Amino acid sequence: MNLHRFTLRLLTLVAATCAAVGHAEINVGVIISATGPAASLGIPEKNTVALLPTTIGNQKVNYIVLDDASDTTAATKNIRKLITENKVDVIVGSTITPNSLAMIDVAAEAETPMISLAAAARIVEPMDAKRYWVFKTPQNDAQMATAIVQHMTDRSIKTVAYIGFADAYGEGWWNEFSKIAEARKIQIVANERFNRTDTSVTGQVLKILAAKPDAVLIGGSGTPAALPQKSLKEKGYKGLMYQTHGVANADFLRVCGKDCEGTFLPAGPVLVAAQLPDSNPVKKSAQEYVNKYEAAHGKGSVSTFGAHAWDAGRLLENAIPVALKKASPGSKEFRKSLRDALEATRNLSVAHGVFNMSAQDHLGFDQRARVMVKIEGGAWKLVQ
Amino acid sequence: MDLQIALLLGQDGIANGAIYALLALALVLVFAVTRVIFIPQGEFVAFGALTLAGLQAGQLPGTLWLLLCLGSVIAMVEGWGAWRERRLKQIPLIVLVNCGAPLLLAGALLTFSPAGLPLLIQVLVALLVVVPLGPMIYRLAYQPVADLSVLVLLIVSVAVHVTLVGLGLLFFGAEGSRTPAFTDTSFEFAGATLQGQTLLVLLASLVLIVALYLFFERTIYGKALRATAMNRTGARLMGISSSLAGLLSFGLSAAIGAFSGILISPLTTIYYDSGFLIGLKGFVGAIIGGLASYPVAAAGALLVGLLEAYSSFWASAFKEVIVFTLVIPVLLWRSLKSRHVEEE
Repeated sequence: MNLHRFTLRLLTLVAATCAAVGHAEINVGVIISATGPAASLGIPEKNTVALLPTTIGNQKVNYIVLDDASDTTAATKNIRKLITENKVDVIVGSTITPNSLAMIDVAAEAETPMISLAAAARIVEPMDAKRYWVFKTPQNDAQMATAIVQHMTDRSIKTVAYIGFADAYGEGWWNEFSKIAEARKIQIVANERFNRTDTSVTGQVLKILAAKPDAVLIGGSGTPAALPQKSLKEKGYKGLMYQTHGVANADFLRVCGKDCEGTFLPAGPVLVAAQLPDSNPVKKSAQEYVNKYEAAHGKGSVSTFGAHAWDAGRLLENAIPVALKKASPGSKEFRKSLRDALEATRNLSVAHGVFNMSAQDHLGFDQRARVMVKIEGGAWKLVQ
Repeated sequence: MDLQIALLLGQDGIANGAIYALLALALVLVFAVTRVIFIPQGEFVAFGALTLAGLQAGQLPGTLWLLLCLGSVIAMVEGWGAWRERRLKQIPLIVLVNCGAPLLLAGALLTFSPAGLPLLIQVLVALLVVVPLGPMIYRLAYQPVADLSVLVLLIVSVAVHVTLVGLGLLFFGAEGSRTPAFTDTSFEFAGATLQGQTLLVLLASLVLIVALYLFFERTIYGKALRATAMNRTGARLMGISSSLAGLLSFGLSAAIGAFSGILISPLTTIYYDSGFLIGLKGFVGAIIGGLASYPVAAAGALLVGLLEAYSSFWASAFKEVIVFTLVIPVLLWRSLKSRHVEEE
């Protein structure tokens, strides 16, 4: 009887110790759109999370990855689950803007830092009590749009037609691009929309051709963005064509083929890491990611989207040791000091640029975070 | 909008409409024979196109594994049934048909790389892989509940659709594929260029529609399907097996779906989830035909294609809204015109 009770006590003790040890581990909740419309962005991100370091500052790091199926409701459900059940110290995600925006409220309520992998500036701007907890790694659309408009004015382009997705991505780009283009005296002669799943854009393309623009900007992401370009070429359009950084993966080149020769697009430097000059601080950190990813998934498999997840990992790798000095993982204090450490990130070279965060700027990228790229011979070529 | 633009849009609309018409016919066929609203119809479009693209890229398409899996599950289900009823002699045949044939196909694809074969053979192989999935899905998902209400069958359809889309993502990845055109020729017509591929789509659709007509009018199986569509119980009393009719109609609709996918994949990029929207537009056509009339459904689908082409020119942001809003006046008109008959 006594022995029995003793064993029981011993077991409880062991369990308690285990729980305590388990508590000292850092839990990172990752929410990614690995299925649904944003799957082409989410899958490389998911693959990248598997490459992130599993020990930071002598502490074990657990990554708990959940799929939100590109659905806003699922994203908020997931973040609540991660916070209440898994007691995570930090959230990484989600892949797309609507989901990230919805998650801000929950993260702020639970006072848990969140690093979004979505592009819209609205996720971290304007800074307020809720966005206090939110950071993001992809460049703002405005940064990319400025690069395109700059390139257009350099080539003295006067008239531009825009065709974009009939969703948040296309609308967001239209807002940014039309604002900046207007300021630089570029006239926009056509504004068309198409759906990701459309089988034909003949109508839109004919309308664009009738407006005779000097250049066309296609605001789409992934392989669907190839459709307008193919149709324009087929109908004999000869002007310049621009794409956005949303197309920067190998599948786009495969699907678009020779119709995309000579296309310009802005992109994160990781896309052309090997071609960057050695003096560029991003070159080394970008190549590190490319090599790691391609070692695991094969040559030419790397995309810029996965690099956003990698950059989130680099931010954590940089901030966690600082936070560990002040508090132990699993506590409210640790989350707060992790947030402070993230905000204090200075001169951190990552795959997409150099982070310099501040209380007002929770993205922290400058001009080094984007390059203009041209498609030449079925490959990405850095425009000097 | 001048004549040239109108012609180009018309050409585009008719080509898309022809595909929608094929799908509308398949939907009407399946609904008439089995009372199933076949939402996964579109998935066969995507599977057909992506399987062909996979074969051309020299990969073994994931649909092949699905075929093997479904085949073995059916063999188990059927085999168990035969065992319980002491029809032991049938078991080897069941295993041979459901497991042996897919295995043979897989073996052939593993030994001969399909990438170097002529396009026609690749198309045939893609059809061989995708089309049997139709009857197999009927056997597993629908046949056990074939006598339940239309609503239950609809719910099963939704489940099958979601499953197939998920499998599509697993098999083919998130990015789309295009296959090379069957023909590169183009014609000059009244100042507008006609793509040879577009004509081919039209021609193939027409041939298929005529073939379907002949099948239903002239062959014993076609007549059996029509009889089942008109009166299930009556047809059964005449010795027509309703499960055979179901298998046959699903096979036909899978064949039509996969073939449509192969036809349009040179014209546009197909994704694992492209099929749903294409199928839905075929469905709008089928609704115009009241899910009963073949010619009206085909005409309705053509109308959808044309409407889509012209609205993409005038108001591209509202294209889908315009196309799908078409359903409302049509439903109103149909419900005012026809008396509603309660399901027996």
